[in-house]
Parts: sequence; structure tokens; C-alpha cells
Amino acid sequence: MKKGMKMTSIAILISLALLFAGCAGGGEGERITITGAGATFPYPLIAKWADEYDKITGGKVSINYQSIGSGGGIRQITAKTVDFGASDAPMKPEEFEKAKGILHIPETIGAVVIAYNLPIEGRLKLSGEVLADIYLGKITRWNDRRIAELNPDIELPDKEIIVVKRADGSGTTFIFTDYLSSVSKEWEEKVGRGKVFSFPEAIGNRGVQAKGNEGVTAVIKQNPYSIGYIELAYAIQNDVSFALLKNKAGNFVDANVGTVAAAAASAAGKLPRGDESWYGVSIVNADGENAYPIASFSYILVYKDLDYMPEQKAKALVEFLKWMVTDGQKYAEALHYVPLPEEVMERNLETISMIKW
Amino acid sequence: MKRARGDRVFWLLAFFSSLSVIVMFTLLFYELLSNSVPIWKDGMSFITGMVWDPLKGLFGAFPFIYGTLLTATFAILLSTFLGVGIAIFLSEIAPSSLRVIISSIIELIAAIPSVIIGLWGIFVLAPFVRDNLQPLLQHLSFIPLFSGKTLSGLSMLTAILVLTFMVTPIVAAIAREALLMVPEDLKEALYSLGATRYEVVRHVCIPYARQGIFGGVILGYGRALGETMAVTMVIGNTPSISASILNPGYTMAAVIANEFTEATGDVYLSALIGIALLLLLISLAVNLVGRMIVWKWQQEG
Repeated sequence: MKKGMKMTSIAILISLALLFAGCAGGGEGERITITGAGATFPYPLIAKWADEYDKITGGKVSINYQSIGSGGGIRQITAKTVDFGASDAPMKPEEFEKAKGILHIPETIGAVVIAYNLPIEGRLKLSGEVLADIYLGKITRWNDRRIAELNPDIELPDKEIIVVKRADGSGTTFIFTDYLSSVSKEWEEKVGRGKVFSFPEAIGNRGVQAKGNEGVTAVIKQNPYSIGYIELAYAIQNDVSFALLKNKAGNFVDANVGTVAAAAASAAGKLPRGDESWYGVSIVNADGENAYPIASFSYILVYKDLDYMPEQKAKALVEFLKWMVTDGQKYAEALHYVPLPEEVMERNLETISMIKW
Repeated sequence: MKRARGDRVFWLLAFFSSLSVIVMFTLLFYELLSNSVPIWKDGMSFITGMVWDPLKGLFGAFPFIYGTLLTATFAILLSTFLGVGIAIFLSEIAPSSLRVIISSIIELIAAIPSVIIGLWGIFVLAPFVRDNLQPLLQHLSFIPLFSGKTLSGLSMLTAILVLTFMVTPIVAAIAREALLMVPEDLKEALYSLGATRYEVVRHVCIPYARQGIFGGVILGYGRALGETMAVTMVIGNTPSISASILNPGYTMAAVIANEFTEATGDVYLSALIGIALLLLLISLAVNLVGRMIVWKWQQEG
């Protein structure tokens, strides 16, 4: 019995030793791990990139990305505890100040759709002003004259609107409030843009806040006469009905890869340089006949000066970023992400060429 | 000689294990306090503030304190009622075959992960509250507690019911253990005087076991105060103060979980950490009051 125990502990010691040896092993310069942290929205895409890039480099470069949220991503890249950060919104001026020499590299495009649960035939049509007034609590019933005007062919129910929003801080909410702020002065003054916002008083007990895209979707599915906003990819995967939205050109557009890319392309000419502040960059309510109005870039954040990391790692990081904004884009569509238009891709390559190590 | 050394090692191990608890608690408290300094600059206005609007830089914690205390308190009242009832049935009344079945079901419920209870809350309980329970309660709408109306079923009432479901097994299991400790001869003495079963439970079992039962209640209350996932999924997450439990609410644990990852700015972060500190203090206070009551009972004998 006693001997058996001794043997067991020796076995444990040996296996522990092997484990540590395994971690330390691999030798220098053979396998490079690049760490990143940030937004949850691009996580499935970045995970796919990590997987493919591992194959391409024959296992030499591995990408370790943790989706801890944009706020956490910005904090970690500012403290340089990760090699790159990711955020659904550009850095605020004070954050940009703290992270001297940070570059913004849009890596994919997200879109937000207006999901609803209504016993109607056909697709609901909405405009930005009407949507803002629903979320401001000024339009309270589905058969409101202003909704009916947009939907002459649909018989709208005489029911109160259950208004759903995200309870947790999220890039999705930022894009949504950015859009409402750009189409409604009143929204901009009373509520504003942010990763969280508070329902105006007038919403009262019609308002529900749920955690995550999945929470908002669950509430909408459970409650007839509800409306809410979720990510496009999530809506497609879960088969939720969402509204056609009136864009700046006055057309009702569906959200899909084509219309979202059109929004990004129309804004491409006005983008700042990679090392400038991107605060205020927005592709919501974009020009273009076919542009879907609630869309946004998601950003990779990386420093211009990589001299704080080993040279080999810096080189590998730059190579990865180049691949990500070019060849890597072909993996986007299958995961319901929108690939970057040509113009944005070129701007990104310019930005990446600024990186020194 | 060898034995003495082994003893000393054992003593040291035990000592450092218990020391680690004190060290961890002190560190936790210190971290929460030091990281929430900016929000305490306005002192009490953080605690008494009614408005939580991070976009406008308004951080008032009162709606969360209110929601936490309201839901947890109602839940523990219901759970105490149910849990003690179950415990009495199990220890005094049920035949042994039934006893085993019910006991294992209770243990099973206690082991369900809270996210699963939350899902059940969204998909089953919330529609039930909306379509069945609410029409009944509206007959009582002259009482402020039931005066509101929930369109979605996501309300403080739903949170209370979910919490009751989670906490009852804890109260029941501990109360049963306490009731099983009541000496048989005490009970038999009363039976021999011609007492009914109710009288025995009322005059012997409950008074004898009350410390243990109360301990279970305090433990359950702590669980209800801190429960996060299941509550945030069904409460509607609205930081408002409403007398009616048919309206949505918000709790301290839920707002921390929801907003912490994306909180930017020092004041916003420190406000959330400040809420964590308040939650810790409230849990401590509940435990302390519980201890004092038990201590007083011990004094009385």
C-alpha cells in the first residue's frame, strides 16, 4: 500500500516534469504565439483565421485570441499585455491619448438588423426616424400612423410595442445608437451614442433588457409584438425576421453582404490615416443607392512601434495582419461577416506598412 | 519523535489553510475599496442615486440595491416557508420510501447550473407569469406590490420565483438535517402526553432545531443576494425603482456581470466595482445579523 503510494507520487512528479518540459520545449524561433484580446463580435472570424493561418505557416505561428469584450481589449493593448487588441468601436480621444502610437486597422464589417415578432404577412419596413421614435417611446403601438405609412400593404396589429435592448455593454449597441443619433436629433440629445444606453422614461414597462444577442433573440421569439436589434450574422443563423430599412437615398434595403459592403465602400474615401484618431468614423446611414444603413467597422488595434517585442514576433505579427486584411477576407462570407471592400483593404496595407520593429 | 514532527506539520498546514481565508478576504476587500475610490468622492450620493446612465456619467446604485434586496428577500421568505415545510414532511411525516425519492430530487435541483434555470425562466416561467399568473394577480392590483403590468413576463416576480426555486433546496436540505438531530425521547415524551403530531413539531422539533434551520435560511439568503446568471436572464434588467413586482428590475450582481466587460472610463469602472463592494458589505451584514440572532438564542439556552 505504502509502496504503491510512493510509486504514484513518483509517477505524478515525472508527468509534471514532462508537462513543463513540453511547455518550455519547442526551441527558440520555431513556434511563435501571437496573443490578442478584445471584442466578442469578430471572435468566430478571428478563430477561423487563427486556424487557417496555423495551417498556412505549418504550425509556426499560432494566434491566441481571447474575446473578453472591446473595453477589455483596449485596456490590455494600452497596457501592452497583448500583441494586438480588437474593438467594435474606434478608441475615444482619451483612450487614443493613453495608447501612444496606436494604429486602427478595420478587419471586418458588422451590421445590425431590426428583428421583430409580428403575426404579419411580408417584411416590415422601417425608417430611421420611426425607429428612433419607437426607442424614444414616442411611438407606442404597432398600428401607429407613422408605421402604417411605411407599410401600406401590411395590416398592423393594435398592440403595444415591446421594446428590447441589450443589457450588457456591447459594440452592437454602439452601432445601433450611432445610427439613431445620426438620423434623429432628439435621440442624439436625449440619449446619445454608447456601448450602453438607458431607455427614456417614456418607454416605461414596455422596455425589456436582455443579455447578449442570444438573450435579445430569446425575448423576441417568446414575445409577440416585440422589436429589438441584433447582429446580422446572429439573425441569419437563428432565422429571425428582420425589417427592411430606409437608407439615406430613400430606398428600403435588406441587410446582406452586398448592401453592407456598399455602405463601407461609400465611406472609404473619407477614412483617416491608420495612425490618426478614428474617433467619429462611422459608416451608419451611408450614402449609396444600395447601402444598408446600420453597419460599422470592427477594428484591430496594434502599435506602430513594435520594438517592445522580440523581432521575430513583430515580423510574424505584421505578416499575419497583412494576410488577414487580404487573403484572410475570403473566409468572412461563409461565417456571415462582410469582407472589406478594395478601398479599405488598400488603406489597411498602407497602415500596416507604417509598422516598425 | 517522528509523530511529534508529523503533528507539527499538520498543525502548520491547518493553520495556514485558515490563515489563507483571512488573507484572501482582506485582499478582496482592499482591491474592491482601492479600485472604487473615484466613485466614493461624492460619498453617499452614489448609494442614494436613483439614476444609472453611464452615457451621461450618472451613476446611482440605489435601483440595484433595491432590486437585489427586494427579490432576495421575497425569495427567501417563500423559500423558508416551502423549505421548512419540505423538511418537516421529510423528517417527521414521510414514509421512508418517499423520503429517499424526495431527498434525491431536492439534491438534484440544487445541482442544476443557474444558466439552465435561467433558460427555463425565459422560455417557460416568463410566459407563464405573463399569461397565467399576472391575470390572477391583477385582481389584487389595489395593493401597490401587484399594481404594475408586465408585457413580456420578464419581471421582478419572475426573478423571485426563479430564486425561490434555486434557494428552496438549500433551505430544505439544511432544515431537514437540523430536524433529524432532534432527540427521539423528547418527541416521545410529548407524544406520551397525548400531543398531536402538529403539537410535537410546533413545540419540540422547531424550537430545538431553529438554530440549524435559521443557518440554512441565512445561507440561502446569501445565495439569493448574489445569484447572477439566472436573475439577469429573467428580471428585465431595468434600473428603475418600482413598488410593483410585476415591473422589471435590476440587481447588483446582474449589472456587474452585464456591464463590466465593456465599461470604459475610470469613473464607470469604479462605479461597478463600488457596487461589488456594496454587495459584499450587504452579504456581510446579513451574515452578521444572522450570527447575532443565533448567538442570542444560544444565550437564552
